[in-house]
Amino acid sequence: MRALNRLLTRVLNFTTRRRGDERLREEIESHLAAQTEENIHAGMTAKEALRHARLKFGAAEAIRENYRAEEGMPFLEILLQDVRHAFRVLRKSPAFTVVALITLMLGIGANVVVFGVLNAVLLHPLDVSDPQNLYQIRHKTWMSGRLLTASYPTFEDLRQRNTTFSGMAGFYGYSNARLGWRSNAVIKISGYEVTGNYFDLLGVQPEAGRFFHATDEHGPDSAPYVVLSDALWRSTFHADRGVIGTTVELNKHPFTVVGVAPPQFQGTEKFRWPDYWVPIVNEQQVEGSDYLHSRTSIAVTVIGRLKPGVTPQQATENLDAIAAQLAKEYPETDDGQGLRLIHPGLRGDEGDVIRGFLLSVTVLALLVLAAACANLASLFAARAADRSRELALRVALGSSRWRMVRQLLTEAVMVSLMGGAAGLVTAYLLLGALNRSPLFVGQLTVSVDARVYLVGLALTLGSALLFGMVPARQVWHSSPLQMMKGEPVESLHLRRFALRDLLLCAQIAICTLLVTASLVAVRGMVRALHAPLGIQPEGAMLVYLDMSEAGQASAEALEKNDATVERQKAVLEAARSIPGVTAAGAVSQTPMTGGIHGTPVFPPGTTEFKLNNSVLAPYVYRMSPGYLATAGIRLLSGRDVSWQDTTKTPYVVIVNETFARKMWGETPAIGQRFILSGHLTEVVGVAQDGKYHDLEEAPQPAAYLPSSQSESGGMVFVVRSQRAPSEMAAALERTLSGIAPNVPITVQSWSDSLAGELFPARAATAALGVMGMLAAMLAVTGIFGMAAYNVSRRMKELGIRVALGARKPQVMSAAVRRPMVLLGVGSAVGLVSGVFASRLLGQIVYQANPQDPVVVGGAVLTMALLGIAASAIPARRALAVDPSALMREE
Amino acid sequence: MKQKKDVQQGTLALMLLKTLDVLGPLHGYGIARRIEQISGELLSVNQGTLYPVLLRLEQEGAITSEWGPSENNRRARFYRLTCAGHKLLEVEKRDWEQTAAIIARFFEVKAKDLA
Repeated sequence: MRALNRLLTRVLNFTTRRRGDERLREEIESHLAAQTEENIHAGMTAKEALRHARLKFGAAEAIRENYRAEEGMPFLEILLQDVRHAFRVLRKSPAFTVVALITLMLGIGANVVVFGVLNAVLLHPLDVSDPQNLYQIRHKTWMSGRLLTASYPTFEDLRQRNTTFSGMAGFYGYSNARLGWRSNAVIKISGYEVTGNYFDLLGVQPEAGRFFHATDEHGPDSAPYVVLSDALWRSTFHADRGVIGTTVELNKHPFTVVGVAPPQFQGTEKFRWPDYWVPIVNEQQVEGSDYLHSRTSIAVTVIGRLKPGVTPQQATENLDAIAAQLAKEYPETDDGQGLRLIHPGLRGDEGDVIRGFLLSVTVLALLVLAAACANLASLFAARAADRSRELALRVALGSSRWRMVRQLLTEAVMVSLMGGAAGLVTAYLLLGALNRSPLFVGQLTVSVDARVYLVGLALTLGSALLFGMVPARQVWHSSPLQMMKGEPVESLHLRRFALRDLLLCAQIAICTLLVTASLVAVRGMVRALHAPLGIQPEGAMLVYLDMSEAGQASAEALEKNDATVERQKAVLEAARSIPGVTAAGAVSQTPMTGGIHGTPVFPPGTTEFKLNNSVLAPYVYRMSPGYLATAGIRLLSGRDVSWQDTTKTPYVVIVNETFARKMWGETPAIGQRFILSGHLTEVVGVAQDGKYHDLEEAPQPAAYLPSSQSESGGMVFVVRSQRAPSEMAAALERTLSGIAPNVPITVQSWSDSLAGELFPARAATAALGVMGMLAAMLAVTGIFGMAAYNVSRRMKELGIRVALGARKPQVMSAAVRRPMVLLGVGSAVGLVSGVFASRLLGQIVYQANPQDPVVVGGAVLTMALLGIAASAIPARRALAVDPSALMREE
Repeated sequence: MKQKKDVQQGTLALMLLKTLDVLGPLHGYGIARRIEQISGELLSVNQGTLYPVLLRLEQEGAITSEWGPSENNRRARFYRLTCAGHKLLEVEKRDWEQTAAIIARFFEVKAKDLA
């Protein structure tokens, strides 16, 4: 209570700046007067009496100091004084301040951006209850679909037979539908088909209405309910609560809107947000085909929660046992492959890649900040050295060392606070731009939350301490006498320079490492862009017009299949008739769009279609004649498929080189046969290899079937034309209105649609490129600062040298030799560490190879150019030394 | 050096409180003189050091002060003990006596007492 009372009074005094000076002065006066009077009574002269009174009273100034210390808050007062002084000092050298601020702004800004993304992608758990206990089940290998785990019957078997999960839900994450609502235009949306217990398993509560539950499922097509995402509800239904209970059409089938998901729930995938959720039992209405009863349609992603006390290890063993059981029971369809558990959220297995990427970029960003700190430390140290006379004077006048260190640290903290604030603002703007840009594949909102601000602040203060300690240490260890004498003693001189040299060396090493990294990234990107994709997406457009009526595409409707083929033909002819279109074709799915998996191939004469008997599991595409040419896939030998290949003629196929080599080695593939989907099929052509699932894959076998001989289904039309996609959409709509009126047409350039696949390489290149640029800038400022400082310190010496007849090369070497040596040493260290960091880089960049001579050469050249550029100005200054002017000046 | 000063300050505050307790309202000079007299001129403290201590005690609410005329009609600031000050003095006194008693016992102890 007493202490609090006192604190309050002091805070009040501090804030109101009320001073008891007057009161103390008066009290002292009256005290001295009384004492003097008494002394006079005791027989002293007036003068002596006053002197004795003063002696007895003590040092009035010291007492006044103590009095003031008791009165206000001396700590804060001194701090304020320091801050004011620091402001004055910083304002006096604006160039230094601006350089320091920009350096920090870049360093801290880069870190905050990286941390913001890291925070959003990795640190934020999914918005479901108990996210730590939510697992996604994946195959050990073989499966290449990004999300898919099992067929629906297999999922049911897993769900019923397991003893380790408290609950298991499944969903199909690639559902697409045309949404019709009242008389509004039909729009294309995508979402999830989920089991009834999905929402209950995740523990999500609806924002409006209700969710469907396991009890709503009563066999196929029994639950025509749809849950809308918050985004779709807001954009299409104007956040109207009245929509709940009304009926909308999904692919022409009526579904009742039962509820709206909360805005923070976007399914279990961070990069793929569904627009809607429908019960999986109604999937046929949406998909147009039945996968609930097929063990070969691997469509379901399985998620589940473990029972309390069960380890993931136990659960995996349990699942493996079930898989082995299933393989015995269904040898034709189930291969008994082991399963494993991952945490959902980052596109299945890409989690590790994304995690590795983000962590590596974080390390690099921290390195940038470290380089920035080294840079600032040497700048501050140089300044402290220049101010040594001032500091010495202050020590001599009785300022304590601690007080001076405090002053220097205050300056550092202020610079870093201002730089950090600027960095945060920059990062905030940048993240906002990132959120809006289409750079991100799928959707991801990077929000700047308290955690990001906290990290920004921590980095700011941390760096302030890092670069503030160097000059502070210097002052702490210096003697005022030496400093007053001006030129420091030679040994001291050397030692202080050694510290600064070390800082610059470290800075250059880090910068070289970063420049190397960014060069590696750029090389990787160039390679990725020129990697043999097997297709030529440039100048081609993808046209989506799903004309198959729902339900029409079921396998048994062969007559209908003919109709579909006829329509395909008509669309392709219409597309080709548009001026400017050079080629058109259709394919079931373009490469690298995920969700595909191998289809087993059996040798001719096989009677038992067990998976164990299959010889190959190639990716299978259905395509129209002309697709290969349109996509730019070269036909190496044989012929293209034609419309004359029908279900009544022999089944034909075009295979790729890898398929041919794996099956028949050097023997020509044309004329060879195998069994695919129950049909004896003859190879009529061999096409070049390509990438089918992702860029990193090894050559995979692939087979192209004529669409006129296979099950029908949605097709993507590929149109090669120089016209803009939007123009193309209008032209197609006009041309197709006769064949298929009111079909929603989406046109996208093929390159754009591949952007997602190239995203990691692009993001890595962008990130590393920016880091490299920042590093290069830091290297320039570091070398420039060092060289400029060197020259300005040694102006006098250089002047004398010139006066004594030194030649230009000698002056040059005296001026910039040191920074150049440091540049060389630092670069070498950086390059070596770059080579050792190749694993780190390999994780980030496709085909990264820091030992690549181009990269090494490029890094050396860059650093050399930077060094020359940075020391050019100081060197010129050194050469322009006018000895007579200089002598007069000093 | 610093430690010694702290102790002095603590004792000085106690002396000051006791003086005000015994003699009633006094001004700074008066307090200084009393302390000198009572301590038998053994304690040589700069009289000025009193004032920061007085300020602190006042901030803590142990004493209050107001201007008033001194014996020889000069304006002086008179300090007076408050209720809180009386309580504080009691507590401090007990503490001090306890400490003194403990120390005294240590001085009285002889080797044979501990055997």
